[in-house]
Amino acid sequence: MASIGVLAIQGDVLEHRKMLDSIGIESSEVRLPEHLDDLDGLIIPGGESTTIVQLIDIYELRTPLVDKVNEGLAVWGTCAGMIVIAKNLNDKRPNPLGLMDIEVSRNAFGRQIDSFETDLDIHGIDGPPMHAIFIRAPLVTQIGSGVEILAEVGEGKPVAVKQNRLLATSFHPELTADSRMHSMFVDIAHSTP
Amino acid sequence: MATEIKPNTGTWAVKSGLAQMLKGGVIMDVVTPDQAKIAENAGAVAVMALERVPSDIRAAGGVARMSDPQMIAEIIESVTIPVMAKARIGHFVEAQVLEALGTDYIDESEVLTPADENNHINKHDFSVPFVCGARDLGEALRRIGEGAAMIRTKGEAGSGNIVEAVRHARKVLGQINHIKGMEIDELMATARDLKAPYELVKEIHETGSLPVVNFAAGGISTPSDAALMMQIGVDGVFVGSGIFKSENPQIMADAIVKATTHYKDPEMLASVSKGLGASMPGLDVRNMPESEQFATRGW
Repeated sequence: MASIGVLAIQGDVLEHRKMLDSIGIESSEVRLPEHLDDLDGLIIPGGESTTIVQLIDIYELRTPLVDKVNEGLAVWGTCAGMIVIAKNLNDKRPNPLGLMDIEVSRNAFGRQIDSFETDLDIHGIDGPPMHAIFIRAPLVTQIGSGVEILAEVGEGKPVAVKQNRLLATSFHPELTADSRMHSMFVDIAHSTP
Repeated sequence: MATEIKPNTGTWAVKSGLAQMLKGGVIMDVVTPDQAKIAENAGAVAVMALERVPSDIRAAGGVARMSDPQMIAEIIESVTIPVMAKARIGHFVEAQVLEALGTDYIDESEVLTPADENNHINKHDFSVPFVCGARDLGEALRRIGEGAAMIRTKGEAGSGNIVEAVRHARKVLGQINHIKGMEIDELMATARDLKAPYELVKEIHETGSLPVVNFAAGGISTPSDAALMMQIGVDGVFVGSGIFKSENPQIMADAIVKATTHYKDPEMLASVSKGLGASMPGLDVRNMPESEQFATRGW
């Protein structure tokens, strides 16, 4: 059984853990480098990306996390998490981890009053569209080779992308009652690197 | 796989959802763009833009109003984390102005002089989410009933004294636990006693928690204060005067953020609490006449 951690520096950690629990997956909280040991997958939750990146550095998690990903750790970033794992941002701060070959625009849809909900068709998820909640959400503005677009809002606006064992979504499946995206990530984490 | 956007903005999910994203974080009062940047660099999840921190509002006396929109706009420009601002209790036009400015969250706050002694703002009317103060569960549920998407303890702002924040957090959490263990038959009488909407009391009975995020505020002035509130069971903390009225704001801001993440780790708390310099001066709330207590404003 895949062992999944949730980066618990800040944000909606509990919602991810509850969702994993609902599909029978035990999870742990990751606050310090030693908490990364023995994980198959790590979720970087929604939160404030500036805060999460600052604290990843202050708590000296950057190098161990990048090393674990090179050894095959699967990572899924939701919203702020997408920003954290991106290779590039189209503004100067914060300095992301550079794990996934994507460029991301922060707060791409506007300020909080522009936050919205919609239904999304997602490649690889069967059944009805997923309900997606976008909160001060980021958008993928460029992808490298090997990055697969799973969902878009409008033409050419990717909001769910996958590259090998890395997954990123602009929206928050953890704030809904739909666990299909969590199951997808557990399957990735469980597969052989 | 393109999906057309059908914008559905200002919904309950996006308003209460933003508060979910702030959990485990520290929201800092700032009065200038420079302070906002210090807060952001320390890892604050949001800033509260205001003209004067509560201890200065207390010292100045008179009527405290919404801050100058120019100043709020400059702070919005200076950082990428969410910016909150305060409107007077019941002053829905100040709230309209703050929404038009692009403020990310409005605090309908007892720290400002109330504009309406009977009615709070009907927060359902707005696309921007609201946070409101509460001293007990009834007050929290009345605010949620009016549309608040986030709750904080009132504490006693600008006092540098944690005692009221502890009292209010203990009260709210204790009442939630009590309702959780009740028989369904008892819920209507409880709603009557709390002066709270029945549907919300019923929801708490079913889920065992508030339907929105619950932060602590009002008197947090050291890293240990922040960790105390987190251990008591709140989702995050507001720090008002505690940072920029301390001897070394930058170090204090860093330390309070770390203490809030690692609130269960005493070794980390000890290490961040060293060499902070003087905290803000504190007031004994017991000696404070009721007319000077912010927490008694609103109902």
